[in-house]
Amino acid sequence: MENKKINLPIDEKILLNLKAGDNVLITGYIYTGRDAAHKRLVSLLEEGKALPFNVQNQFIYYVGPAPAKPGYACGPAGPTTSYRMDPYTVPLLEKGLKGMIGKGTRSQEVIDGIKKHKAVYLAAVGGAAALISKSIKSKEVICYEDLGTEAVHKFYVEDFPAIVVIDSKGNNLYELN
Amino acid sequence: MRQIEADIIKENVKQLLLKASYDIGERMTEKLNNALKNEESSVGKHVLKQIIENDEIANDEKIPMCQDTGMAVIFIELGQEVVVTNGSLYDAVNQGVSVAYIEGYLRKSVVDDPLFERVNTKNNTPAVIHTEIVKGDRIKITVAPKGFGSENMSAVKMLKPADGVEGVKEFVLKTVKKAGPNPCPPIIVGVGIGGTFEKSAILAKKSLLREVGEHNINLKYKQLEEELLESINKLGIGPAGLGGKNTALGVHIEYFPTHIAGLPVAVNICCHAYRHSSIEI
Repeated sequence: MENKKINLPIDEKILLNLKAGDNVLITGYIYTGRDAAHKRLVSLLEEGKALPFNVQNQFIYYVGPAPAKPGYACGPAGPTTSYRMDPYTVPLLEKGLKGMIGKGTRSQEVIDGIKKHKAVYLAAVGGAAALISKSIKSKEVICYEDLGTEAVHKFYVEDFPAIVVIDSKGNNLYELN
Repeated sequence: MRQIEADIIKENVKQLLLKASYDIGERMTEKLNNALKNEESSVGKHVLKQIIENDEIANDEKIPMCQDTGMAVIFIELGQEVVVTNGSLYDAVNQGVSVAYIEGYLRKSVVDDPLFERVNTKNNTPAVIHTEIVKGDRIKITVAPKGFGSENMSAVKMLKPADGVEGVKEFVLKTVKKAGPNPCPPIIVGVGIGGTFEKSAILAKKSLLREVGEHNINLKYKQLEEELLESINKLGIGPAGLGGKNTALGVHIEYFPTHIAGLPVAVNICCHAYRHSSIEI
């Protein structure tokens, strides 16, 4: 299968051309976040405060990596199940977030948000954590260090493998099959 | 009475957890390769290739195959003629868990308490320990670290006796269908039938200690396992839930006598990181 190479921050024209079912290889910085970090980020927005990092045209990867062995940039880092982040996703899309990488189904509210804000939802292969970690070249904690693996990290990735599941038009690969 | 040092139990629990986290084992490798051969969906093949390559990397480099190295579920069959010396059995198990997760670069995923504080215990303890007292002077330890992507998709239902075989089939299929892509297919489906509410769940979990695809020795249950596997693979969920014929690699059923008024059924789903490892001391 052919792979489309994309760079972050994402160019909006390129994003609009991504279709459900496309295999992509992502290069650039991506941010990580799971349940606990999302809860804090959205609390900030509700209080009218700024986010600790700029999400404009960026992607968030739903992941809590395992610790890195000495000599490794990052430990195994496969996607976690996305539906747990559904309640927090639309407020981030409203702030300019353009992509989420995870695994599994999304709520109708999130799908509608993806269409409205012209974003994209991608799946990385769940459980392919050791393989995926090979594409992560560096990692640093951006905020919420007390959350350990759930802290927000900034990864530099090269050719990170993912599959477009919900495209900006709302086509959903899980429904197409 | 045979004496076994607590430290020996600790060391074995540690080694078993490391092995389970890094090495998927021959039987699963064979099943995944067979799935790749018979998969018709191109995206399904693409996903299976990634999974197979991933498991090779994990085993070669001794790193976890999945970042969710699970909550440590430990089954112990303790011979009634065994005495654990210089420490308690459960402390030894938990110390083994702690050392494995810290020294083996496994992710610490356990929070205490579950509802209010949810603070990480930082060493992945406590383990969930199921102990059975058996005859003899040996101890069998089986570790099965369980990821929660698939654990969250599991379910228990108290069926009516009148629901029968069809009711069981319907509940298992409904649970797998509802789980869809979330539990990281291809999955292994553990089913516990009978006993009480909690017994059915433990049976389902215990069925996930079998080698993948190993059938129940009771031929009626074996046939039910085969029928369910066929029906599940017709759902079209496929590898990673992106379509295909390999949704499950095995259905395992365990059963136990139950009450005249009941038919408890539990479905415990395991992802393709089908990890367990065992030793008899």
